[in-house]
Amino acid sequence: MTSGLWELVLKGIWITVQLTVFSSALALAVAFAFGILRTHRLWIVRFLAGCYIEVFRGTSALVFMFWIFFVLPLMFSYQLVPMWAAVLALGLTYGAYGAEVVRGALQAVAPAQREAGVALSFTRGQQLRKILIPQAWPEMIPPFNNLSIELLKGTALVSIMGVGDTAFAANLVRLALQESAEIYTYTLLIYFVLAFVISRGMRALERKAKAGIGRPMEKPAARKPGAGVLQMLKKVDGKAVDPQHAGTRARSAGGDA
Amino acid sequence: MEWDWSAVDDFMPEFWDGVLTTLQVLALGSLISFGLGLVWAMALRARTRFITWPVALINEFIRNTPLLIQLFFFFFVLPEWDVQFSTLTTGVLAIGLHYSTYTAQVYRAGIDGVPVGQWEAATALNLPRGRTWFAVILPQAIRRVIPALGNYVISMLKDTPMLAVIGVLEMLQRARQQGAETFQFVEPITVVGVAFILIAYPASVLMRFLERRLVQQ
Amino acid sequence: MSSSEHNENSEHTNPAVDGSELIKFDNVTKRFGSKVVLDNLCFDVSSGKHVTLIGPSGSGKTTILRLLMTLMKPEEGTIKVGGHYLTHEEKGGKLVPAGEKHIREVRKNIGMVFQQFNLFPNMKVLRNLTEAPVHVLGLSKEEAEQRARELLELVGLTEHIDKYPSQLSGGQQQRVAIARALAMRPQVLLLDEVTSALDPELVAGVLDVLRDIAHTTDITMLCVTHEMNFARDISDDVLMFDAGRVIESGAPEKIFSDPEHERTREFLGAVL
Repeated sequence: MTSGLWELVLKGIWITVQLTVFSSALALAVAFAFGILRTHRLWIVRFLAGCYIEVFRGTSALVFMFWIFFVLPLMFSYQLVPMWAAVLALGLTYGAYGAEVVRGALQAVAPAQREAGVALSFTRGQQLRKILIPQAWPEMIPPFNNLSIELLKGTALVSIMGVGDTAFAANLVRLALQESAEIYTYTLLIYFVLAFVISRGMRALERKAKAGIGRPMEKPAARKPGAGVLQMLKKVDGKAVDPQHAGTRARSAGGDA
Repeated sequence: MEWDWSAVDDFMPEFWDGVLTTLQVLALGSLISFGLGLVWAMALRARTRFITWPVALINEFIRNTPLLIQLFFFFFVLPEWDVQFSTLTTGVLAIGLHYSTYTAQVYRAGIDGVPVGQWEAATALNLPRGRTWFAVILPQAIRRVIPALGNYVISMLKDTPMLAVIGVLEMLQRARQQGAETFQFVEPITVVGVAFILIAYPASVLMRFLERRLVQQ
Repeated sequence: MSSSEHNENSEHTNPAVDGSELIKFDNVTKRFGSKVVLDNLCFDVSSGKHVTLIGPSGSGKTTILRLLMTLMKPEEGTIKVGGHYLTHEEKGGKLVPAGEKHIREVRKNIGMVFQQFNLFPNMKVLRNLTEAPVHVLGLSKEEAEQRARELLELVGLTEHIDKYPSQLSGGQQQRVAIARALAMRPQVLLLDEVTSALDPELVAGVLDVLRDIAHTTDITMLCVTHEMNFARDISDDVLMFDAGRVIESGAPEKIFSDPEHERTREFLGAVL
């Protein structure tokens, strides 16, 4: 490969990183907004938030991306910059998965903690900010880790829309060199390294968050024999993707354990 | 712009063909992922690191890299190695392989959930390894992971549109073609988008139901 | 303890049995991390004997059974069963860790009943009893079922043959587990606190079955139990364990009524 082609790939990696960061930020905001709305006291609010989550978890990310790129401009005669259209598509889709994580973690906080907040006559907003979110946050990080990796993998889809990310660059290199094994192997390795970096970063974040509320990191090996399969799914090894997080939670429309 | 119902009507025959292809991919991809995932999960329980480490590495690698690139890899690289498959076969193999690394995790959790006493009892009775797996461990493990496997089928469904990039005529590709021919993109793509929600949501409700029935007993 | 007057191997055609020692532990050491569970342990058991292992928890009794069942391996020392090394084999005059095939062959002589029963919940009672005879011993289905029926009669559960383990009480499950172990016709039966997980009212039924087996067969038994009356009834010898060593052994009458060792007296004082 010539240096010019490498430069192309490096630019692609930079786009992939940007896409991942911006989409994750949007997804995080969406996740918190809708996750919190899912615990709202009015059923209609819960219902509407639930509709959003189910629609976006039910749809295919790629189809939704097509829709934003090709249908939205026609319907509203407003064309988004491809990069931002991609961020919107990824952020809204993975935000819906994240919302279920937020809801689950909030509901897992001990009821006594919520009651303590009521006893101190905190407003609902204060309860969330001062009691529920700080305690739920560390629990959200491992599933968020898996979601981030799924999102990273999802960014490759934007290449189909012509955004010049890593996957797009790989395609150009393939056309230039008329050779595919090498470039696609490199590309896979690049994504693998990016995923590894995300995982490491998230684990550091988790350690910090747990230390912040005085809880030690759980060792993956600390598994109780005979615990139910759901528990098992939860604890299986911190390496990259916990199946329940990647699976029943992140990647599919399945319910929360 | 105006929503054109006649464009929807025009698309319908193509759409149903696309649904058929999508379901075909889903069925075959699921079979591969269920079978291969089980092989991975059992290999991860092998007694030598010469097996477990490479298998774990391969799994991590496939699971942490985009399916899209894997599709391209198979689509462009296999012919370079003189392996000729139809696009449908290539797509099914790629998606099945990708998802096998997820089902492997599911199986593994199920296998870990079988009490260690079951393995010990099998040893005490001197049961051969294969018998221990297929008569004792797996029947207990798989029952509890059926809903989790089902959830991955739903995930896989939502990833089938990716096969459009290598030209498999599933729902999205049909919509693209229709759009290219008639210059009406809005209706076909919207129909496909709605179709996904209409299939995926009830399926996920079913899995949640199964989860309650099978797992929490 | 090395009682040597017995030689009752006529039933079992095992040519390699030398003298009377069916089981022989030779300087066996087992550690978990830095904790020494068995400390250079030596003892042997003659064929047909019923031996009870007693001692405070954590003294290594259960570990002995698990070593014999090859559920774990010793760090040092050797174990022989029927004259064969259990986890070693001789190759070119040297002792090397045994291969799977060798372990399988020696393990055929040993059966075990667990504290938690460990019946296969996905199989009915009958299949729990026939699975191994068919797939390990190569019996025909009919032979295996015939054997299973006889054993179920022995443990008094004939009418439960078509039930799943979850439909049985703990005591019934444990009796099935005993029958399952016996279906393999082992020379040695290991009993690992078989009544500890049972409700008190179910203990007697299981012990009666075991007494019956002890008195009517010539099977060699190694038994870890806290049921001292049962131990007194069935044992030829009692081994008192403490901190991974045998500190006292002898006939049950002797150990239970006139123990020599201070630790034995303390222990018996606490459990009797």
